[in-house]
Amino acid sequence: MSVSDLSSFTPSSGPTVRAVKDPFHGDLLEVSMGPQHPSTHGVFRMVVTLDGEVVVKLKPVFGYLHRNHEKIAENTTYLGSMPYTDRLDYLCSMTTNWAYALAVEKLAGQAVPDRAQYLRVILAEMTRLVNHSCLVGFLFNDLGTSFTPLLYAFREREKILDLFEALSGSRMMCNFQRFGGCRVDPTPEWLAAASRLVDNYPRFLDEYETMLTANEIMLARTQGIGILDAKLAVNAGITGPCLRASGYNYDLRKVDGYGFYPRFDFKVPLGAHGDTYDRYMMRILEMRESVKILQQAFRDLPGGPVMDPKAKIRGFRPKAGEAYGRIESPKGELGFYLISDGTPNPYRYRVRPPSLINLTLLEEMCLGHTIADSVVILGSVDIVLGEVDR
Amino acid sequence: MESLEQIRDRLLARFPGATVTLVTNPGVAAEHSLLLDAAHGAELALFLRDDPALQLDYCSNATGVDWPDKEITDVKKTTVPDPAGGAPKVVEEKTKHVEPGCLEAVYHLYSMALRHGPVVIRLRTANRSDQVKLPSLTPVWRSCDFQEREIYDLYGIVFEGHRDLRRLLMWEEFKDHPMRKDYVDPDDYEWEPTPHAAVLERAKAHYPVPPAATPPEAPKP
Amino acid sequence: MSELPSTPLPAPFPAAGNITDADREELRRHGILMTSLEELYNWGRSNSIWPLQFGLACCAIEMIAAATARFDIARFGAEIFRPSPRQADLMIVSGTVTKKMAPQVVRLWNQMPEPKYCIAMGACAISGGPFKQGYNVLKGVDRFIPVDIYIPGCPPRPEALLHGLMELQKQIKREHLTGADAARHTRPEVPSEFPIPAYGAHDLEPTMNPAVWKPAPPLPRSGKA
Repeated sequence: MSVSDLSSFTPSSGPTVRAVKDPFHGDLLEVSMGPQHPSTHGVFRMVVTLDGEVVVKLKPVFGYLHRNHEKIAENTTYLGSMPYTDRLDYLCSMTTNWAYALAVEKLAGQAVPDRAQYLRVILAEMTRLVNHSCLVGFLFNDLGTSFTPLLYAFREREKILDLFEALSGSRMMCNFQRFGGCRVDPTPEWLAAASRLVDNYPRFLDEYETMLTANEIMLARTQGIGILDAKLAVNAGITGPCLRASGYNYDLRKVDGYGFYPRFDFKVPLGAHGDTYDRYMMRILEMRESVKILQQAFRDLPGGPVMDPKAKIRGFRPKAGEAYGRIESPKGELGFYLISDGTPNPYRYRVRPPSLINLTLLEEMCLGHTIADSVVILGSVDIVLGEVDR
Repeated sequence: MESLEQIRDRLLARFPGATVTLVTNPGVAAEHSLLLDAAHGAELALFLRDDPALQLDYCSNATGVDWPDKEITDVKKTTVPDPAGGAPKVVEEKTKHVEPGCLEAVYHLYSMALRHGPVVIRLRTANRSDQVKLPSLTPVWRSCDFQEREIYDLYGIVFEGHRDLRRLLMWEEFKDHPMRKDYVDPDDYEWEPTPHAAVLERAKAHYPVPPAATPPEAPKP
Repeated sequence: MSELPSTPLPAPFPAAGNITDADREELRRHGILMTSLEELYNWGRSNSIWPLQFGLACCAIEMIAAATARFDIARFGAEIFRPSPRQADLMIVSGTVTKKMAPQVVRLWNQMPEPKYCIAMGACAISGGPFKQGYNVLKGVDRFIPVDIYIPGCPPRPEALLHGLMELQKQIKREHLTGADAARHTRPEVPSEFPIPAYGAHDLEPTMNPAVWKPAPPLPRSGKA
C-alpha cells in the first residue's frame, strides 16, 4: 500500500482503502464507503479519512444514480416528465408530483380548483407520514437495531400505500397530479378509509415513541452528535427538518403559504440543539402536526371538480418565460425551475434537490466523531439517492 | 421588498463600475431577473447578501442554462422603382448573421431572515467555447458548493474561486458536458424492441435494412 | 456451451437414473424416503438463497418491502441479506444501473462465490427502462453480467419479486451436478468473473461484454422502413 498525502483525493476509480500521511495527525487511513454499503442509503459514497476511529476528513462522491432526469425532461413534453418526477424521490412521489405541477402552473398561470388543493394537502401530508416513519426506521437501522423499527414503519407504510394504490393505480409511482388539478376524484369510501387511518396514526406514533424516544442506546448515540449550527445551515441552504432541528423557523408551508396551507392550523416544531436527536424528534413531531392537518383537511374537504375544466392536457404549450416553484417536501425545499420557449418541451428543466444540498455540511457535522456516528448523522439528514443524483 | 429596479439602481450607485441589467420575463410568472457582469459578480452578490434591507442570506437554487449560437436570417425589403415605368418591385435581401451564444448561471436568492424573495440573478459567459469563466459565489453562499460543481460538470462553466471544482455527477475521466444543447450522447442502442420513436430510430441505424420479405407462395390447390 | 471438455466427465449418479418416480412413490408409502444427492443438494440450496444487500434505486425500496412483515421473503428462505458479496448467493440488481455504477456492479458480481445467480429487478435493470435515453444509463445490466431471472415492472411489486425468486428456485432445482448439461458452477471452464469496464472519455470502455451479451437479431420489418 502506497502512502500518499492527505490533500490528495481518491478519484472515482481509486482503491477502497489506502494509507495517508499528514504532518498533524500522522498516519491516517482513507476508507471509501460505498457506493455499495449497507448504511449509505443507496449508492451514496463517502471517502472518509480516519485517525483511528475518528473522522478527520469526509468527502461525499455523487453520481452513481445520475439518471439524466433533466436531460430527458428537456426532450419530452411537460406532462411527459410527470412520471419521472415520481422516481426522483421515490419514497414521496406525491410531493414531487405536486412540486412539479406547482412550477408548471406558475409558468402557465393555471388555476387549481379548491377540492384539488385540499386533496393535494391530504396526499402530501400522508406522504410526509410515510417518509418520516420510514426515515426513523432507517435511522435505527444505522444505529444497529437491525430492522425491528423498520418493520413497524413499513407496516404503516403498507396501509398508506394501499390507499395510494386504490387512488392512483400504483403503490410507489403515483403520477397523480396534473397541471390544474388531480387525475381522479377519490370515492367517499376512500376518504372514509383514509380518515380512519389518520385517526389511528397517533396510536402508532405513541407505540413507536414508547420503543424509541427514550431508548438508552438511542440517547447515548444521538445526543450531542452531529451538531449543526443554524447560521451556517442557512448559508449552506439546508432546509426542511434539518434546518428546523437547529432552531431556525423556516417552513415553506408557512413562509410561501402555497396550496391551501394558510387555511390550516398547525405548528412548526423547532429543535434546540441541532444534533441527531433533535433531527429525529423533528420527524416525530412533524408527523403529529401532519395528523392534525389531515384531520382538518378531511373535515373541511369541499365538493366540486378536482381538475380545472379549462386546463389543457393535450397540446400544452406555456407562453415563453420562466418560473421557479418550490414546496416543502418531507426532505426540505424541493424546487423546479422551468424555462419555456413556447414549444411543447421545456427549454430548461431543473430540479432543486433538497437531499443533495442538505449534504453540503455533512463533513462539518461528522468531523471529530467516530465513523459509526457519521453513519447515524448521514441517516438523520434523510437523503434519497434518486433525488441527490437525479 | 424593493422592486428589482430599485435594487438595480442601488447596486449601480454603490458600484459605479459595474453593469447591472434588468432581464424581463415575458411569462405569466413575471419573475424578472438581474443580469450582473461577471467581473463584479462576487462583490455584487456579497452586497445583496449583507445589505440590511435585502438580507438575501439564502441561495436556494443555482443552475446553468445553455444558449447556443443562433443563426438569424435578416430579411431586408427594398423597393426598387422599375426603370421601364411599371410598378415598383420589392426586392428581398437575405443576410445571415450568427448571434453568439453563452452559458448562463442562474441563482435564486431568498431571505430567510426577512422572509422575502426570490431575487433572481444571472451571470453570463462571453461565449461557449474558450471564455467560460465566471466568478464562484460559493464563498458568498455555501449552498452553491455542490450546485456549481454540477454546473461545471454538466455545462462546463469554470467557476473561479471555487475551492474544490471537480465533476460532481459524471466520472473524473469524462470529457463532455452533457447538458449542453449540442451534446451527442453515446450511441448504444444496439437493439431496442421499443415503439419509442427516437430510440427506435437510433437502434435501426445499427442494422442493415433486411431485404423485402418474399410474398408467401399461393397455396396449391 | 456446445463444446464439451476433452476429459470425460464422470458417469451420472446412479440413483438419479435407475429408479422411476413411481417406484419412489411406492417406497415412500412404505416409509422409505429415497432421494438423490443432487436433489437433496438443490433442495437445500434453493431454500436458503442469501441475497446481496445491495439497493440501487427505487426498486430497492420494494425489495425492502418484500423483506418486511407483510410480504415476508423469509417464507422462501431468502431473508438473510448479506452486506458482503463474499457471503451472498444472489444478486438482486434492484434499480437503474448507471454507467458510473456499472464497474462496481461487475466487481461485486466477480466477488461473489459460485454458485451465484442474478435477478434483474425492474425495467431499468433489464433495459434502462424509462431512463433508457439517458447518457449515463446502462441499457440493461445483462450487457456485462449474465442474468438468470428478469422481473418486469417499474418498480415490480414485492409479490413480483417473490415470484421471481420462486422461478429462480425452480431453476436451481432443475440443475444437474454432472453430465453434459451440468450446472454452470460445476464447470470450471465457464467463466465466473467478467472483465470490469473502465471509465472512458465519453462512455464506458468497452460499452458491453460480447461474451455475455449479443444484440438480438433485428426485428422483422419491411424493406422500405
